[in-house]
Amino acid sequence: MHTVVCIKQVPDSAQIRVHPVTNTIMRQGVPAIVNPYDLYALEEALRLKDRYGGRITVLCMGPPQAEAALRKALSFGADDAILLTDRAFAGADTLATSYALAAAIARIREDMPVDLVFAGKQTIDGDTAQVGPGIATRLGLQLLTYVSAVGEVDPENRRIIVQRRAEGGVQVLETALPCLITVLEGLNEMRFATMADMFRAARHPLTVWDREAAGIEDITKIGLKGSPTVVSKVFAPRPRTTRAELIEAQSGQPNDLADTLLAKLFTKHPQLGRQIVRRSS
Amino acid sequence: MNDNTAAPPDKKPVRRRKLELDPRLAAYTGVWVFVEHERGLVHPVSRELLGEGRKLADILGVELAGVVLAAPGDVARGFCDEAISYGADLCYLVEDPVLAEYRNQPYTAGMTGLVNAYQPEILLLGATTLGRDLAGSVATTLRTGLTADCTELNIDLENRSLAATRPTFGGSLLCTIVTRNYRPQMATVRPRVMAMPEPDTTRTGRIVEHSLGLVESDIATKLLEFIPDDRRDKANLPFADIIVAGGRGLKRPENFQMIWDLAKVLGAEVGATRPVVQAGWVSADRQVGQSGKTVRPNLYIAVGISGAIQHRVGMEASDVIVAVNEDPNAPIFDFATYGIVGNAIQIVPALTNAFRQHLTTARLAG
Ligand SMILES: Cc1cc2nc3c(=O)[nH]c(=O)nc-3n(C[C@H](O)[C@H](O)[C@H](O)COP(=O)(O)OP(=O)(O)OC[C@H]3O[C@@H](n4cnc5c(N)ncnc54)[C@H](O)[C@@H]3O)c2cc1C
Ligand SMILES: Cc1cc2nc3c(=O)[nH]c(=O)nc-3n(C[C@H](O)[C@H](O)[C@H](O)COP(=O)(O)OP(=O)(O)OC[C@H]3O[C@@H](n4cnc5c(N)ncnc54)[C@H](O)[C@@H]3O)c2cc1C
Repeated sequence: MHTVVCIKQVPDSAQIRVHPVTNTIMRQGVPAIVNPYDLYALEEALRLKDRYGGRITVLCMGPPQAEAALRKALSFGADDAILLTDRAFAGADTLATSYALAAAIARIREDMPVDLVFAGKQTIDGDTAQVGPGIATRLGLQLLTYVSAVGEVDPENRRIIVQRRAEGGVQVLETALPCLITVLEGLNEMRFATMADMFRAARHPLTVWDREAAGIEDITKIGLKGSPTVVSKVFAPRPRTTRAELIEAQSGQPNDLADTLLAKLFTKHPQLGRQIVRRSS
Repeated sequence: MNDNTAAPPDKKPVRRRKLELDPRLAAYTGVWVFVEHERGLVHPVSRELLGEGRKLADILGVELAGVVLAAPGDVARGFCDEAISYGADLCYLVEDPVLAEYRNQPYTAGMTGLVNAYQPEILLLGATTLGRDLAGSVATTLRTGLTADCTELNIDLENRSLAATRPTFGGSLLCTIVTRNYRPQMATVRPRVMAMPEPDTTRTGRIVEHSLGLVESDIATKLLEFIPDDRRDKANLPFADIIVAGGRGLKRPENFQMIWDLAKVLGAEVGATRPVVQAGWVSADRQVGQSGKTVRPNLYIAVGISGAIQHRVGMEASDVIVAVNEDPNAPIFDFATYGIVGNAIQIVPALTNAFRQHLTTARLAG
């Protein structure tokens, strides 16, 4: 089996700050990490490789620094890594991103057929969850999103069974390979990479493709040009000016504070008060 | 979160050239809302979107349509009637046995077939697992723009385009995205972000039928089984009327029991912040915020919660917010309705008692 795992390098959002005056993102010094959701995808691919053998290719579109994300994936056990990088890809929205990634996967499968493509549920920066469906649609792969468990794979008959989180329940679906799976967080626990793995990954040759190497001829489909959506403005949410009315009681005792709050709730919000009474009876 | 609108735009008058819409784009007209259903029930987000879609259609002076893809039968017709009662002028209906359960391929085929035949200018879907799955495929098939997880939708009157606003970077900023040169303009919206409209069952509208043209053997993916969630212990936060939520300020997992006790007296759902979920005190489906659920209850009691932006974006549309926090400078007091400064470990049991007493008296009084 040959699996492609799509990983994105993202800024560690826990450390992102917004400039208070200019409303711009202060990226400086913010460490870049592998999109956390993509690690679940990678681990699931590694588990399938443990079970059925085969190869794993990790694919990342991003600036040259995104190499670090690929090396990380290699340290966990991916076999090949491809960095898709070209100034012409800059400013891509999800339609242009899925175009470039689908083109790269089409190029990959010229060398070795691809049975499965994995992607994360969503990223923590763009956070759209649209790229996975986009790649599958472009390549004509069966699409399975929000997968919570990968079950039987039958490489001979080219069938796979998965559980998919739906509204109000779980769908058990069987489909044909090749397919594209986006996985939910928590469906597995990432393995550890040893020191030796990290050294191996650091020395591993990396394939770097620019637009031409990926076989993309039409530059109107990639980057800013290929993006139907346009960010027209970025702004800060209007701060609510109304501060909370603080509940006070002369005694300062919890009981008295509670009574004062209830009196407020039931007199100032009679409708809410009636609702509370109705619900509890 | 509709009231959480933009900071006033900067004053300098920007005179933009009035754009003449390309006739190819102008051929697309009308606002559509995908009516999502599963297991015989319409998802409430579709009703919320019909309410919002109605406003957009009125601004543009065009019709609002619901889109129902379903297995043939009375149930499907019922969905159409429902869409009309929630504000649609008409409903497009694709009935086919292969549409009985949601699967990406036939639903994408059904939706793209309708769009190509009837050409709407705007197409809205709920940002649910189903809606996001479908929207991504439909937008790619149609080669158009799709804005995810919007919290506000407006029309830019200058060029009749959809201005879709969504939070970015965990809610610390908002961005407005437009799809000027492609149609339809697509957007998904999370449940509970838009207000629920009142249905009017006296409204009438037309149903336009369209065929799918697929047979089961064309579809590679088969549904083997559907395992419904156990409703009994499943949280349904987005639609709760009252929520009692706890945060890291409760300090220890056993203290979280207080939250359950207060919730029980109020008949409320229990919510939590992300650190509490990550510590395993409560299940992940109770997380409120940016990476959890968006809620808009009538009453939200936040205990030991600092009010970080990622939590705030998920709950600030609540009608009344009560915050209990020992730090008078906690950000939660900047937007709560009422605040109690004090130790949660003492305040919460006192609240539980006070509500219990009040409710017993109220019940006795009849
Ligand atoms: C604040 C903000 C808001 C945005 N809003 C929109 C919007 O509403 N609509 C829109 O079309 N675009 C939007 N974009 C652009 C979008 O983020 C980029 O197109 C981005 O390249 C991919 O989208 P995503 O991060 O949302 O990925 P998602 O669709 O959330 O990613 C899903 C999975 O796809 C794979 N993947 C995604 N990107 C890559 C990559 N570069 N390399 C390898 N694998 C990848 C990963 O496996 C990932 O887990 C927005 C960007 C920003 C910064
Ligand atoms: C990408 C991203 C997504 C995120 N998504 C979410 C999300 O969906 N939901 C979410 O909630 N968070 C989310 N977060 C995390 C968020 O940034 C905050 O860290 C989190 O909301 C804080 O939780 P908290 O209020 O419980 O804890 P803290 O911020 O630690 O606050 C604890 C509060 O309790 C008070 N306190 C302490 N002791 C007592 C006492 N005895 N009595 C009363 N008060 C007391 C303190 O004064 C403090 O204000 C996200 C973060 C990132 C980076």
